[in-house]
Amino acid sequence: MIDLLTNLFSDYTLRTVALGSALLGITAGSLGGFALLRRQSLLGDAISHAALPGIAIAFLLTGSKAPLVLILGAGIAGWIGAALISVVTTQTRIKYDSALGIMLSVFFGFGLVLLTYIQRQPDANQAGLNSFLFGQAAALIEQDVFLIFVIGSVVILLIALFWKEFKLLSFDSDFLGTLGYPIRTLDYLLTTLFVVAIVIGLQTVGVVLMSAMIIAPAAAARQWTDRLGLMIFLAGIFGAFSGVGGALTSSLIPALPTGPTIVLIVSAIVLISLLFAPNRGLVFRRVRDWQAGKRLRVDAVLVDLYTLASQHSSAEYPHSERVLDVMSSISGPAHQTLKVLKDLDLAIPIDSTHWSLTPEGVLRAERVIERQFGGDS
Amino acid sequence: MSASLEIQLIAVVVAVTCALPGVFLVLQRMSMMSDAISHAILPGIVIAFFITGNLSSPWIILGAAAGGLLTVALVEVLRKTGLLKEDAAIGIVFPALFSVGVILIAQYAGDVHLDIDAVLLGELAFAPFDRITMGGMDLGPRALLVMGVILVVNVVFISVFFKELKLISFDRALAGALGFAPALLHYVLMGLVSVTAVGAFDAVGSILVVALMVAPPASAYLLTDGLKPMIVVSVVIGAVSAVAGYWVAHWLDASIAGAMASMSGVLFLSILILAPHRGLWSVQKRRSNQALLFGRKMLVIHLYNHEGLPEAQHECRMDHLEDHLRWDHAFASRAIRSSLQNDYILQQGPHLSLTETGRKYARSSLVEL
Amino acid sequence: MDYAIDIRDLTVAYREKPVLWDVDLQVPPGVLIAIVGPNGAGKTSLIKSSLGLIKPAAGSVLIHGRPYSEQRSTVAYVPQRGSVDWDFPTNVLDVVTMGLYGRLGWFKRPGKSERIEALKSLAQVGMEEYATRQISQLSGGQQQRVFLARALVQDANVYFMDEPFQGVDATTERAIVELLQNLRKQGKTVAVVHHDLQTVPEYFDHVMLLNVRRIASGPVEEVFTEDNLRTTYGGRVAFVSALSAARKQ
Ligand SMILES: Nc1ncnc2c1ncn2[C@@H]1O[C@H](COP(=O)(O)OP(=O)(O)O)[C@@H](O)[C@H]1O
Ligand SMILES: [Mg+2]
Repeated sequence: MIDLLTNLFSDYTLRTVALGSALLGITAGSLGGFALLRRQSLLGDAISHAALPGIAIAFLLTGSKAPLVLILGAGIAGWIGAALISVVTTQTRIKYDSALGIMLSVFFGFGLVLLTYIQRQPDANQAGLNSFLFGQAAALIEQDVFLIFVIGSVVILLIALFWKEFKLLSFDSDFLGTLGYPIRTLDYLLTTLFVVAIVIGLQTVGVVLMSAMIIAPAAAARQWTDRLGLMIFLAGIFGAFSGVGGALTSSLIPALPTGPTIVLIVSAIVLISLLFAPNRGLVFRRVRDWQAGKRLRVDAVLVDLYTLASQHSSAEYPHSERVLDVMSSISGPAHQTLKVLKDLDLAIPIDSTHWSLTPEGVLRAERVIERQFGGDS
Repeated sequence: MSASLEIQLIAVVVAVTCALPGVFLVLQRMSMMSDAISHAILPGIVIAFFITGNLSSPWIILGAAAGGLLTVALVEVLRKTGLLKEDAAIGIVFPALFSVGVILIAQYAGDVHLDIDAVLLGELAFAPFDRITMGGMDLGPRALLVMGVILVVNVVFISVFFKELKLISFDRALAGALGFAPALLHYVLMGLVSVTAVGAFDAVGSILVVALMVAPPASAYLLTDGLKPMIVVSVVIGAVSAVAGYWVAHWLDASIAGAMASMSGVLFLSILILAPHRGLWSVQKRRSNQALLFGRKMLVIHLYNHEGLPEAQHECRMDHLEDHLRWDHAFASRAIRSSLQNDYILQQGPHLSLTETGRKYARSSLVEL
Repeated sequence: MDYAIDIRDLTVAYREKPVLWDVDLQVPPGVLIAIVGPNGAGKTSLIKSSLGLIKPAAGSVLIHGRPYSEQRSTVAYVPQRGSVDWDFPTNVLDVVTMGLYGRLGWFKRPGKSERIEALKSLAQVGMEEYATRQISQLSGGQQQRVFLARALVQDANVYFMDEPFQGVDATTERAIVELLQNLRKQGKTVAVVHHDLQTVPEYFDHVMLLNVRRIASGPVEEVFTEDNLRTTYGGRVAFVSALSAARKQ
């Protein structure tokens, strides 16, 4: 670990790789937040696959492997894929899921035809195009990182600029439309940013798994907060963390492809978030349910004691546990709950089997009864 | 049989086998499950291989089916937590499983007779060289035999459960109410998708399985109405894509599987544009014709709605129509001319009124609505 | 006469299927009007095309004599509650503030004064204590109140509300009715898609019966007749006569 950190600061390649993947993770994560909320989680998958023929065509046309050229090709193809999905679903009876599946696989198949065709050209300098399938972080060089930085910054800046519009577009686009905002244009803009965030990551993460890089950080972030801003911010952090972690691990361990490593790290983050996030997390929820159950029990026994006592002169009149066992609407013996009541100073044992309410207990029981049978909803 | 013919035969069998469960995925709006499953079977295959040390053992198929069902189950578990929507759950589960498979392969590349290219591309071109022999007799290429068996399984399953599958595809709630077990049938169908995917995976790779499962049924969906015709047409389109793909690949010296997927896309695009009734072209043409029909109907209904009311004098004037129906002058004249020709309306000066035929037409149009 | 809502010969079609045919509707200012009709009658489509969200195939909609695009700031919209994802990461105050986005214009973020306005309309629907509550933690009735508050903060003259009574508790229903009547007292015009035929005469002044075409519209006592209901609801005559029997009691 210490080794890795010292390497990170001294080794030029590692530093470049780490910086590049961090920037990618931030961009992909923040855009992914919007995609997740707009139920477009699988659109990223379609777009990243659809980008492959664009990369091949850009190379065939220019003979260049300059990142900007390939990214441009990928972007155009990905954007065409997204546009076709929208045309097909709005103009014909083809449903969204089928449109996604077709664009994803057909564009990808066409991309593979082109890649294999390029490979079989005798003199082509095609080495490296294959890394677009599963990504190769180690191949990142300074110019790439610079490019990612510039594009990523523009994307983030635009999100910040159109923050309120994108937020309402994602939550209630019709309402945004009635306010006079051009929802079609905003939709295109957000989709374009989405495409851009995807294609700048293809070289590092690969087309096959880029979609996870978009969705997973956002899905994890959603569990930790109920505020959009914080969610997008966290998604960026998670994206950056898994990007850096995956890229570094894969460039240090031989034969470890970058894309899958990043995906496993980000999946682990999702799992941890689903389980342990405060409030929404499953563990937290289980504890809360258990506490709510306990409170219900406490209230039920309290009310029972109160009801029994109300047939006598004093509200603090003692009663036997056995009666409470039978009476309680909550199944099981009342003993445990009575002990909780004692800890809360709501009831006291008179002898080994008889209990009575304390004055606080009476007050609380009255409040519970009022809450259950009267008052507003 | 020549290698070329054998490859084409395998390609056709693969395409047909994929199209069959694909029809139900498309109808049930679960096309993307084919993507998820075809990726998620990879770790199942790899792990089964580690255990048996043999890529052609039937355990591989079982391992793959287990991987597929695991995906379906995990997606369901995640969705039920209420913390993720179904699409997000799919988008998280299958990349994770696929990554496990890819990393295992990459790490143990020396021991596994699978490389990552093959995972994505398949090895259809080499399929004829891997043959099954029994007692010295050549039974044919392994891929053909395996896929043939899976094809038979799919055909039998669909024939036996045709009624039930039809019901869950068109009305899931009703199927449940009638006492079919939609959940069980769903899992069996997903199991079949997994088994089909693993068979096809060898030949065409994981991503192009999606093309063969989704594109032909979606194309057929544009051409047909009933379930049976849709199945037949899907199968035909799948087979055509396979053969055409083979020849395109041959000509370009490129990936056969990629070319098959591309051809299924070309067919889809052609059908999308040219399909009678539902194709973009026909819709466009009908729209311009229908604009007139529509205009005629609107005119008649408009006159009918205002007939005998005090405002009729005003509402039924020609200039008013242009004003209020927002028609341009040319279109209003066309609609009026066409209605006059059809004997729906009478014209007296600027005033229009309905004939008895027109009244009937208006009433029947309203009932139709 | 200057109508608050003036719909003429409105025809709306999705792809090729017309869902509204030649619909007319004139609503005078200061009127509470219910829009009723069976499911799929086109009520939502009528509202959405009035708000410019759907382009009509023919016809026109005027708000106080001018097209919607010129009257945006005087119109408020309450969409169907089920049309949004209530698990969206945002809180009650934030949703209400969205009602002010139109006035804010491009790029400007809501500030303190916007939040104060939003709090005021939350108070009008009795929800000010819930300002910082995450919206997924609201009951159906509370969600509906939040949407109403968002419309109130728009401070409009004309309100379109799509099924505001759908799935709300009795308390909320009473609160909403009171709110609607307050709006009318201020001279505002409110068009409400409504499902419960029994409460139409009690809650509303005017009613529009719609089933693809306009069956009738006008003051409740004039047009809310058994005959018109029968035409609107077609085959479900038994249901309609049971209803009218209920009304006679
Ligand atoms: N976006 C749409 N595309 C196609 N058809 C639609 C669309 N929205 C609504 N419809 C159809 O239009 C008809 C009227 O819908 P709607 O206006 O929502 O009715 P209501 O609100 O009265 O229930 C229905 O038959 C519905 O299926
Ligand atoms: Mg509606």
